[in-house]
Amino acid sequence: MSEQAHVARTLADHLPILVVLVPFLAAPMIVLLGSRILAWIIAFSASLTTVFIAILLLLQVHEGGVISYHIGGWAPPMGIEYRIDAANAIVLLLIAAIGTIVLPYAVRSIRHEIDQKHHTLFYTAYMLCFTGLLGMVATGDAFNVFVFLEISSLSTYVLVAMGAKADKRALSAAYNYLIMGTIGATFFVIGIGFLYAGTGTLNMADIASYISANGADRTIKTAFAFIMVGMGLKVAIFPLHQWLPNAYTYAPSAVTSFLAATATKAAIYVLLRFMFSVFQPDFLFEMNAIKGIMLPLALVAMFVASLIAVFQTDFKRMLAYSSIAQIGYILVGIALLSTTGLSGAIVHLFNHGITKAALFMAVGILVLRSGSSFYARIAGMGKIMPFTSFAIVLAGLSLIGVPGTAGFISKWILVQAAIEQGWWPIALAIVASSLLAVIYVWKVVEVLYMKQPAEGLTRKEAPLSMLVPMWIMTLATIWFGFDTDLALTAARSAADGLLNGFTMAGGH
Amino acid sequence: MDTNTAILLTMIIPAAAAAGNLLLRNHANLRDWMTLSAAVATFSCVLVILSNVGSSTTTAYELFEVFPGLSIAFNVEPLGLMFAIIASGLWILTHIYGVGYMRGNKEEHHARFFASFSLAISAVMGLAFSSNMFTLFLFYEIITLSTYPLVTHKGTPEALRGGRTYLGILMGTSIALLLVGIVWTYTATGTLDFTQGGILQGHISGWMVPVMLGLYAFGIGKAALMPFHRWLPAAMVAPTPVSALLHAVAVVKAGVFTMLKVGIYIFGIDFLAETGASEWLMWLAAYSIIAASIVAMTKDNLKARLAYSTISQLSYITLGMALATSMGALGGGVHIAMHAMGKITLFMCAGVIYVVTHKTNVSQMNGLGRKMPIVYISFLVAALSIIGLPPLGGSVSKHLLLVGAADTGQQIMYWVLMLSSVLNIVYLLTIVGRGFFATSDDLQAGEAIKVPLLLWVPPALTAAGCVVLFFYGHGLEQFLMPIVGAAH
Repeated sequence: MSEQAHVARTLADHLPILVVLVPFLAAPMIVLLGSRILAWIIAFSASLTTVFIAILLLLQVHEGGVISYHIGGWAPPMGIEYRIDAANAIVLLLIAAIGTIVLPYAVRSIRHEIDQKHHTLFYTAYMLCFTGLLGMVATGDAFNVFVFLEISSLSTYVLVAMGAKADKRALSAAYNYLIMGTIGATFFVIGIGFLYAGTGTLNMADIASYISANGADRTIKTAFAFIMVGMGLKVAIFPLHQWLPNAYTYAPSAVTSFLAATATKAAIYVLLRFMFSVFQPDFLFEMNAIKGIMLPLALVAMFVASLIAVFQTDFKRMLAYSSIAQIGYILVGIALLSTTGLSGAIVHLFNHGITKAALFMAVGILVLRSGSSFYARIAGMGKIMPFTSFAIVLAGLSLIGVPGTAGFISKWILVQAAIEQGWWPIALAIVASSLLAVIYVWKVVEVLYMKQPAEGLTRKEAPLSMLVPMWIMTLATIWFGFDTDLALTAARSAADGLLNGFTMAGGH
Repeated sequence: MDTNTAILLTMIIPAAAAAGNLLLRNHANLRDWMTLSAAVATFSCVLVILSNVGSSTTTAYELFEVFPGLSIAFNVEPLGLMFAIIASGLWILTHIYGVGYMRGNKEEHHARFFASFSLAISAVMGLAFSSNMFTLFLFYEIITLSTYPLVTHKGTPEALRGGRTYLGILMGTSIALLLVGIVWTYTATGTLDFTQGGILQGHISGWMVPVMLGLYAFGIGKAALMPFHRWLPAAMVAPTPVSALLHAVAVVKAGVFTMLKVGIYIFGIDFLAETGASEWLMWLAAYSIIAASIVAMTKDNLKARLAYSTISQLSYITLGMALATSMGALGGGVHIAMHAMGKITLFMCAGVIYVVTHKTNVSQMNGLGRKMPIVYISFLVAALSIIGLPPLGGSVSKHLLLVGAADTGQQIMYWVLMLSSVLNIVYLLTIVGRGFFATSDDLQAGEAIKVPLLLWVPPALTAAGCVVLFFYGHGLEQFLMPIVGAAH
């Protein structure tokens, strides 16, 4: 990449901001128009547009370049900068793609789960959440991250609370999430405040160059701690995960599918960005925060959360705990602090996103017929909804990490990374925790196929508008089990960039 | 037809048959004929490959690359080709037998049953032709998953428990141990291609070699090496055609086949011999041989007894590899064929007895041999082959293994094999003895029990196969020679 994009001349140069702006403008339009059908059309076309933009962006930075976009033409560090590199381009694509695929699914799903008068509100909140997640990932300005974090969080509380029609506990789950999320955001903004106090700038690259030039004083170290904890809450790093199981369980299915695949992933990306691009890895070594705190917590998450998942009796809740465990894998990859480990983490972030989206969508479909996702209620659904149940088996295999699925690829890279470093216990921990995944996935398979369905249920599949998006995600988990080019190449250049600095454009 | 197309077809045809079974769920006859023709077509493809290349090894045919340097790729080499011939050939007979069994025994869900069965065969073909460990691992896991519905076919709590043990051990060992071994190998050597003489030499040394071997030996749970053997008796809750083809031939042989592949092409026989890394495995295999035989003697349930017999016989093959001599490895390879032919006959006979009389325990089978002589004679022939008496196939491989054991100077292994034969006589021939000579109260004297044609012909044919294999035993040995680097 050359020194382009200082001055945006064509529409193509505006892509980094458009990816955020399109859904952001769609949100008020939906409120103003107020029609359910129009709302969906606007939301869907907006999100589809972001997918195209995300693809274009990824193509530009796929091999390791950087796009620096200056909002309003104001050069950083004065103006706000958006930075697109291989690492966030792939996260942007993940968010955009999942946000888009969930929308057709949402039409029928929310008809069952949300009051009709709230439907336009749903699409508005969905678009805002979508905007927030994309913005968090795209921006290169530390305070801007906080703004988008809040946009996504506030709309997420609304979305979770919308599950109240099906189960009133959605309200307390949303309230709980609101409290925890606000604490997290507060920690985060305090951290940003310290950073600003310590360095005098809010531009991430600028902060980075200040720290590498002047070293880290106590203010900056404190900032690091606050930011880690604040973002850790959004990521649901064990033991800051308390909000997650209830929020995922009681939110409407479409919301859970979207959030599980994207929200924690965006937060992980921000965490990565702060750890490697803002604070220097050398600084991190000094802090020993990663090996002393993050790695042990990640390992605990892998086992404790998996074990809790094994003993769940509600499918949706089981998947929520499994998410906490899988986040542990990603953090282990990060904690290995090697190119392989980091690319394993990024690939797993991607692969786990699509796997979980498929599974949560499938749960939503089962609930259409069964009324709830308790094992007792979904017993024998293999006979009632054969296509959905089979998709659950396939996506479940990806969750375990069986060869031929996306989950296998990331597990392979993570194990390889651990062995490369000679960290044998970590390699064994990764595979041992997969064994717990075998148990919790297989419990569901037995429930679906080996139990008798409830009286009176006859074989009837869900509408195609739900089946097709769910199967697209399921087939994607198989596809990315063989074609690793997209995910792996991007992940490798992302990991290289994070560890060694991206080959620059934008002039620092 | 060129070889690469034929290789693909051996996987595509059974997979298509699996899909066809599900689509034609309501057309029993059409469905069963379709599967039969698929089985014949698959076997023909394997024969085409045989006629194209004989026992020479082809270069890898890369389907696509998953990681840089790691591909889903296939090639032909003698051991895999032999395995493919056995599995696809016996599929034809087992399918015929299976149709007779499933109908005669009034089992349900035929379409699902034969679909899973075909899918498992498709994966076995993929495994047999894998040209690297990565590809092999993929198919190894598909075999586990596609046979799970067969094990739990009856849907009873017992079947469910059996299925849990089955999946738990096979998947557990493969993820926790085998995967680690494979990734380690890849990290150390940068390749996973099956290469003559092995790939590990010079990359790992000292204590790492036996540890790595341990990851493989225990990780390949399908080889049923003790203490990871319990899945095999657990799998016996499946309908008998499954036990016959999959748990005497395809699945377990996939395990020992993988074991041989790892020994010969990943470690290299010479490397194992130099480092002495496989010595512990030799002792463990010997222990498995004897211990499983002793357990088999205590089992009254016929299928359980045969299952433990299989565990014992599989360890012959592991032992052959662990001896780390050409003769041992060759004997192990030949034993795959010999044991397959014998054990499938025994299981099919057990299935016939069950369908016709609903008897499962050896102690209930007094005098049955006089009622169904052909079935019992087939059983006898196969049992003698397993014991290792000429002129039956089993004697060829046992001879090779004995020579292999003598080569290493391991006198004890020689006696282990001999002792095992004695134990085989005890637990197999007593069944035949009871059948012919013991008397029973609940059997009427006189007329024979009528056994449906579809049920008695396949075991009679495989029993005859045991005899034929004796005469082709030397040919088979010659055929497999290239795997240990020896000229024809």
